[in-house]
Order: sequence, then structure tokens, then C-alpha cells
Amino acid sequence: MTRFGEDWSRGFRDLILEAGVRALEDCGLSGSEIEALYCGTMASGALVGQEHAGALIADFMGLTPIPSTRLEAACASGGVALRQAYVTVASGVHDIVVVGGVEKMTDVPTAEASYALGGAGDQEWELFMGATFPGLYALMARRHMLDYGTTQEQMAAVAVKNHANAAKNKYAQFQNEITIETVMKSKSVASPLKVFDCSPITDGAAVVVLAPLEKAKKICEQPIEIVASEQASDSIALHDRESLTKIKATEIAAKKAFERAKLAPKDIHVAEVHDCFTIAEIMAIEDLGFVKKGMGGKATEDGLTRIGGQVAINTSGGLKGCGHPVGATGVKQAVEITWQLRGKAEGRQVKGAEIGLAHNVGGSGATAVVSIFRKVW
Amino acid sequence: MEESLAITWRRIPERYRLLGTRCITCNGNYFPPRKICPKCRRKGKIENVQFTGKGKIYSFTTIFAPPSGFELEAPYVFAIVELDEGVRVTAQLVDCREEDVKIGSIVRMVFRRIAEDSDEGLLHYGFKFALVR
Repeated sequence: MTRFGEDWSRGFRDLILEAGVRALEDCGLSGSEIEALYCGTMASGALVGQEHAGALIADFMGLTPIPSTRLEAACASGGVALRQAYVTVASGVHDIVVVGGVEKMTDVPTAEASYALGGAGDQEWELFMGATFPGLYALMARRHMLDYGTTQEQMAAVAVKNHANAAKNKYAQFQNEITIETVMKSKSVASPLKVFDCSPITDGAAVVVLAPLEKAKKICEQPIEIVASEQASDSIALHDRESLTKIKATEIAAKKAFERAKLAPKDIHVAEVHDCFTIAEIMAIEDLGFVKKGMGGKATEDGLTRIGGQVAINTSGGLKGCGHPVGATGVKQAVEITWQLRGKAEGRQVKGAEIGLAHNVGGSGATAVVSIFRKVW
Repeated sequence: MEESLAITWRRIPERYRLLGTRCITCNGNYFPPRKICPKCRRKGKIENVQFTGKGKIYSFTTIFAPPSGFELEAPYVFAIVELDEGVRVTAQLVDCREEDVKIGSIVRMVFRRIAEDSDEGLLHYGFKFALVR
């Protein structure tokens, strides 16, 4: 992957190219061995005026004429691309498949980037009315506070933990630790969410390479098996959901993924979850089954999700600390889990990590992808 | 982004007076209108229904960082309202401060200007809600 951040020196194609070259060097494959490419990017049209990203990426990576397809599922574009590549390899249609995720977000003013991201919700019945993404997650947070007694300090604890992890990740956008006070004193964006409850606008790309397990074992010394990758959908508008205090698509995708992997939440050592806002991580650890519903805030405050806790959540720094180039996030999660399971996560390594999970959400919860990974050497 | 006249025109019944739909098979109410009942699918039978515009607050926030086009409104109270018919909608709350609002507060629909494109551009109208005090 590339370093995440505000990167004025590089554009859309430079970012994905850099991540792609690093991924191929890591597995020692040459371009001629790659059979297909999937790439997640949410809003390249609105952000850099570039559609048809599949062909563009194959072109600039020197991979034409392989089939190259862009996938879009808002902030879950990367996770959906990963799953699509997994399905393709599992089906036997292709063996060596490259999965990329990329977003170049800082070439436009913040208001334009926000407008582009707004398209992840219901344009006619949320955005038209004046909704923003922090606003939608604030509506969830308010309800979570009422129903379960979750506090603003507990939400702040998510940001503090994720910044602490990001500070140990050289690829992260923010490499500074913060305190509960930093979050609590930051400006209100959509009450009760403040600036430090929100993930940033980020440039970045990430790439992984998939192959059938037996082949992967011959290609690299430390292959990671994807034991499950499941996806679910729900209503596009938040107001049509059964509940504001959970992401039902996450629950469904997680249940199917655990069933397919024949594993349970307690088996997971390390997880990258979708913390686009602090309340989102609290709901995610509940919906994935790591803690009981309503206990996500307290678990975070008590340190259960820190490195060395019950289950290490967002060791990369998450979307909050590592940054959130929307289309790249789902693939970056797979990269971080791979590093963790290979024991290469440096200062943020989870000791003895053998099984990991990645959880990627699109919009306010209309798409969720849950993938489970295992060390197999 | 500016909205075309055609979009504004075809949304008038829904935006101006909360015209929704109902499935006669399962009695489910829908807003915005749906042509297929998501519960009954092809077994469903859809008809138009005029919602009363009465409801209560399901959740709320105050938006301090508005999207473009809403700069002059900010900060504004923003909510998901559960209508008496059981349907939930997203809208602004008018003439109130966040301190006045509670989950469960009774509200009614009001007709307001939502946004304007530019000095010479279209004015977009639609529903917002007001507290019933």
C-alpha cells in the first residue's frame, strides 16, 4: 500500500501504481502471470473526473489486455472488490487475480469531496434534505446513547486508541497520539460527533494478490488464506432501517462468514473494522459479536479492544487514524491483517496473531463485507 | 449541485405534501413511494396514500458543518421523524434549538424552502417538521 495522507505530489493513477508494484514485488510475481484485476474506487468521477478506472489501471500498470473491472459500493468498494476477486478465484475462472483499492480525494475542495461522499446515502431523501454523513452517524450515536447509555467519552476512547495505533504505523495519515480531552474539546460537526470522532479525507491506495491456496503456497513463504468473505445489503436510507443502533448488513455478513469459516468471534485475534466515525467502531464490535450489544462503548473505555486486550481492533489506526481513502479502505484492511498474521506489523504487532477479520461498510450501512483470514504456513 | 427542473417537478407530490404508498396485501406504508412492496414483492398491491404529517422524533442531531447549499441554514437541527403511519423520514426541524428537542417529541410537517440553486436559479421546496408545543 501507499502511505495514506494528503498527497499533493501524486494523482489517482500514481497511487494505485505504487501500491500495485509493491504488492507484486512482495509476492515475486511478474505482470505476465496476472489473469484479472478488480479495483474498488468510489467516486473517481466526482473527485478527479475519471471514470472507467478498471481500464485505466490495467493500462498504467502495464497489464492490458487482462479483464480489469472497477467495483463501486461507496466506502465498501475495496471490500467488495476483494470479495469479487475471492469469488472469481474460488470459482476457478482465474487463478492469479490482483485486487486494488484507490481514492484520490484532495484534488477538490472539502465541500466537493463531501458532496461526492454524500452519494453513498439516498440522494433524493437524505442529502436533498440537508443530511451529511457525520449527520447520519450522529443520528445513530444519539440513539445508541439513549438505548444503551453510551457516552461521548466512550466514543472519544475509540479515537484515542486508533490514534495510538496509527502512531506506530508508518503508512498512517496521523502519527500523533491524542487524549480524550483532544476529542471532547474539538469542534462539533454534527452533535454529538466532533471533528475527532470523524475519519479524515485521504489519498491512498492498497493492493493484494489472490491465488488458489495450493498455488499461493508455492508462490510465497507466508500465504494467508481467506477462509470466508461474505457481503450483505440493506436499505440505502438510514431512516428505512430496522434499527439505528446496529448495522444489520454487518450482522448478516458476519454470521455467514463465521459459519463458512467454522469459527466464532472469540477465535479472532485481530480485526480491522469500519470506524468511519467513532460510534461506527462501537457498533461494529457489537454487530460482529466481539462484545454484547450495547457494551461496545464500555469495552473500548476498559481497553478490551487495545493491542494486548481481548481482541485487537484497528491496529493500523483504522479509518480514523490511518486515514480513509474510501475505495482503498477495504483493501488496506486486508493488507494490515496480512502483516499482522505474518508477524510484520512492527511496533503494533499482536503477539501470536493467527486469525484475523476485516469489516468494511458502505454508506450508513447499506453494504457490509466481512472477510476472515488465517495464517497457513 | 444544481437540481434539474425535471427532478423538482416529478418529486412535487412527495416533497410538497408527503404523498406515499401503501401495500394492500401487508398493510405496509412506504415513503418515498415504492412501486414494489419489499415484503410481498410481486404478491403486493401498491396504492397511493396521503400521510398526515404528524409524528414524533426518532433521533436528532444539529448539523454544524453543512453540505454546500445549506451554509446559510447552519447550524440546523436535523432529525429522523417517525410518522403516525409508522414510516420514518429524514428532515430538518424548524424554529427550535437542540435543547428543546427530545427523542419522542411530537412534531408536525411544515412546508418550507429547502434550498436554492443560485440567485437566479430554482427554489426547491419540501417538508420540514416543527415541534408541537
